Order: sequence, then C-alpha cells, then structure tokens
Amino acid sequence: MSTAVAPVAAHSLTLRQLRPFYGKRLAVHAVDLNLPANQITAIIGPSGCGKSTVLRCLNRMHEAIEGARVEGTVLLDDEDLYQPDLDPTLVRRKVGMVFQQPVVLRTRTIYENVAVGLRLAGVTARSELDATVEGALRAAALWDEVKEKLQMPATALSGGQQQRLSIARTIAVKPAVILFDEPCSALDPIATLKIEELLLELRQTFTIVIVTHNMQQAARISDQTAVFMVDQSGAPTGVLVEFDRTAQIFSQPGDSRTEDYISGRVG
Amino acid sequence: MSLRTGAPPNYARRRIIDRIMRALTVVATATAVVPLVLILGYVLVVGGSGLSVSFFTETYQAPLMGDFTDPTLVDPAVGAPEGGANPDDPYADLDLGALTGATPAEPTDGHGSIDLSQVSSGGGVLHGIVGTLLVTLVGLLLALPVGLLAGVFLAEYDNNWLATATRFCTDVLSGAPSIVIGVVAYILIVQQTRTFSGLAGSIAIALLMVPTITRTTEEILRLVPQTVREAAMGLGAPTWYTTFTVVIPTALTGIVTGVLLAFARGAGETAPLILTVLGNNTLSVNMLAPIAALPLLAYRYTESPFPTEIQLAWSTSFVLVVLVLFINIALRLATRSRLRGR
Repeated sequence: MSTAVAPVAAHSLTLRQLRPFYGKRLAVHAVDLNLPANQITAIIGPSGCGKSTVLRCLNRMHEAIEGARVEGTVLLDDEDLYQPDLDPTLVRRKVGMVFQQPVVLRTRTIYENVAVGLRLAGVTARSELDATVEGALRAAALWDEVKEKLQMPATALSGGQQQRLSIARTIAVKPAVILFDEPCSALDPIATLKIEELLLELRQTFTIVIVTHNMQQAARISDQTAVFMVDQSGAPTGVLVEFDRTAQIFSQPGDSRTEDYISGRVG
Repeated sequence: MSLRTGAPPNYARRRIIDRIMRALTVVATATAVVPLVLILGYVLVVGGSGLSVSFFTETYQAPLMGDFTDPTLVDPAVGAPEGGANPDDPYADLDLGALTGATPAEPTDGHGSIDLSQVSSGGGVLHGIVGTLLVTLVGLLLALPVGLLAGVFLAEYDNNWLATATRFCTDVLSGAPSIVIGVVAYILIVQQTRTFSGLAGSIAIALLMVPTITRTTEEILRLVPQTVREAAMGLGAPTWYTTFTVVIPTALTGIVTGVLLAFARGAGETAPLILTVLGNNTLSVNMLAPIAALPLLAYRYTESPFPTEIQLAWSTSFVLVVLVLFINIALRLATRSRLRGR
C-alpha cells in the first residue's frame, strides 16, 4: 500500500433493528448485522429485495431520497450514525460510497476528480494534494495508467478506468468504510477482474461492503455474505434470510431460499 | 419475390400516411422558418446598407435640408412664412420647421413646400448602443443572482410550498406583458424618484429576466444526473458545495443559454423602456437620468416623416440584432469548457 493512504485503525459496522422506509412503506424488515473490520461483506439477493436500500442506510444516503427515512440504528465501532443533530455529511466522510455507474466530473481533469473531496475538506497545500492524489490513484491501481495525463479530462478514460477513478476519489478522503453498490455491473469482465483484485487489496485498509447481482463475484471476493429475499406476504418487503461466512453460504446454505437462489432456481 | 408479396394488406395505406405526415412536418417547419429568415434577411440587407463608420461613432443629429441657399427656406429665427402658423395651434412652438431648420410642410402654391426626401439625416446611434448595453447589463447583474439562486433553490432544495408558489409566480410573471412591468417600474420608481432614469429601466428589465433565468436554471439543473449529486454527497459534501462545484459547472452551457435568452429579450424590450428610461438624444452614461436605448431609437425613427430617418430605423434594428448576436457569441466563448477539444 502507498504511504499516502496509511492503514487506519480497524472499524466495524453494526446494524441494529434497522428498518428503512419509503414514506409509509417499510422497505426491509428489521436487519441486525455485524460487519467485521477489514473484511469484505457481500450483500446478495434478487431485484427488489432491498439490498441497495440497506447499503445506502450505512452512510445515510437513504434519507437523501424524498420521503425516505430510517428506524433503528447503525453503529460505526460504538458511535451511532443516527444520533440526533449529527450532520449526515460527517457520516459520509467516514463511510464512503462507490456507485454502479462510474461518476466522473466531466468538466474537471483526472487530477481534480480525485482531489475534489480534499478541496472540500479545505486542503489547499499543493504538496499535500499531490501526495494524496498519487496515493489514492496508486491504491486504486490506476496510477500507472494515468500518471502521464493527470491534466487530461476525466472523460478520456475508459469505463473501467472511470470506475477506478471513482474509487480513488473515495479513498482520497480516507474513510473507515467503503460501500460499493454493484460497482462492476456496468463493466466488461476484464475491468471487473481488475476491480475485484483491487477490492481484495483495499480490504487491508478499509472495511468493505459490496452489493452485487453477481453471485460468482460474491463467492470470489467476500469473506461473509448476507442474503436478502423479497417477502411476498403482504406488500413486497425485503428480508434478511441468512448471514454467514461466504464459504458456508455457497457450500451449505442454512436456508432453503438461499439454496434456491444461489443454485439459480429463483431470482 | 415473397418479400414483396408478403406485405400486410394495409401496407400501401401506411406508406401513404407516412408520406403525408412527413410532408406536413416539412410544411410546418417551412412556415415557421421562412418568415423568420425573411425578416432577419430584410433587416440585415436594408439596415446593413445604411451603415457607415459615423453610425457607430456619432449620436443623434437633427435632420437638415441639404441646400441652405434655397430661397424658399425661411430662417426660423426670422419667423414662419405667412399663413404658416396657426395662432390657435397649441403645438405651434413644436413646429417641425422650427425644430429642423426647415419650413413647415404646408404646400401653398408650390412655393415653400418641402420635399421630405431631400432632408438629410446624419449622425449615428452610439448613444443608443451605449445606453442599451448599460441598461441591459445592469439589469442582467440585478437579475442574475436572484434568478440563479432561485433556480438552484427550486431544483436542489426541498420541494415545499415555497417552491410551488415560486414556480407558479415565475410562470405567471414570464407570461406577463412587458408593458405591465413597465407600468409597475414607472409607478414604483419613476414616480417616486421624480425622474426617468436608466436604473429604472434596468430594474424593469431585471424583473422581466428573473423568471426566464429562474425556470431555465431549474430545468437545466434537473437534467444533471442524480448519480453526480450522490457521488458528491458520498464524499460528505453539503448541498451547496455539490451544487456550486459539481452540478452547476456540469450544467453551465445550458444555464448560459437561458441567461442569453433572457439577455436578448431584455435588450430588445421597448415598452417598459418608454416608461422608464424615456430616451436621450445625447450620449449619456448617467444611470440616474434619462438614457438612450436602441429599441427606443428604432421606434422613434420609424415614426419619423423623413425617409432618411426611416433608414436610420432600419440600421438601428440591424445593430440591435447584431449586438445580441455578438454578445451571444462572446459569452459562449467565455464559458466554453477549457477541457473541451483537447
């Protein structure tokens, strides 16, 4: 790992009776999960099971949707992310997020796309910016490909490179946890492989939660897996059916619904 | 072979309808574009033909007869010719002859009549160009922060009753006839300050610009993908930071288009200016006093009896069109992304 992104103390996430709502509608039945530090936790399940919704509760992005709210709580180590009067923007600096579609700021250079979070934090010293941008790009396995063209528009990069650029931008602000919302579903298999290798690297520094449609991906990279399903009794609502070590889930699932899902019979 | 014979029974009818519809759209487009091209073309040809350097460097000059030695002309200092002035005429003091240094155009027996086409008009519209730029740009400076921030509020912040009310009001205001805005500015500013002024005109034009800027800003900001905002939020950016460093730069081209539309509309407004800036025959940059403006000049020259001043009206229109075009291009160049085209 680069010196600019020094390993931080291990941080874990704990979900307690977490119940996300859209308006009056409960999106997911109460979730209790322990996401250990410096491990990759995969969240899998069919469409509409609420896996992205749960993920977005972990850095208070869920409430950015109009009418959306959350009951229950999430702890980062022992600190409540939902404590009263806590500005969500402070939470999001500790719990970063990478999205399905790579997001590049079209009007900025590659360099500025990584530096934007630092500038937001008030960093102006050129040497500090340079060092952190380089460290983040190295950590995102993008440095060698872009070091000659840092002042080029970020749109000049390929889709896979843009996604690694998005990851570098998230790393640059040194979060404790990084959430990935289907980071590879817009990428080709080779770019996907690079991201997966990168995730295994990043695990040494960050606690990682990844939502994925791709069960092979979950099996390849995650340490434990949470399986969500849609509860069709009444209004469709997501429900956590199983949470265990990934090897356990994919070899001897404890729940028949998990077995049906991972063997391709449903979903 | 079978490809042609296998066509469905209504195939011929479908092809005919397709052709008719296409023809209708072409006709409609032509109906919309042809008059526009004709008007613009006529202004450019007729107005452009009357241009000279002095048109841009000089201000108003009263129309003059070319030949001062003409014995039929009477020196206004001496007095009007016999039977020329009607003692009951309340406008006798405003007699055309007195104003222009020529005799009144009242034919008696062939003597003393004026051939209007022989009256020459020199001078230019420098005062109008300066006045229009001043009044419109100050108006834009007043309208821009209000319109832009209101648009940001509508697009980026909570959708509450205030937003709904604002949207309704801007829609109504953008449809309001400009003379209404002129009357409002006249009563609130001109009457209160007891003087026509360039500033009153700027405020009237600003009132006309704000709704356009607000609504285009809102619409354009809504086109920026939500993913961009979420990415910024994911870094812990507050809404204002996301808006001003990420969303607005992404949407800048569209916002500039809206601002330019507002500017063009403001520069061409005539009705509110009659009631606020009044007009001025000399070059003035005093925003607290009456000031000249191109639309007012075009309007007044058009009403002139002298063909040469009618020509000035065309040239003034030409300048107004070119001015808007020029500012359009300049702003586009200024806001073009530094990154594009590399």
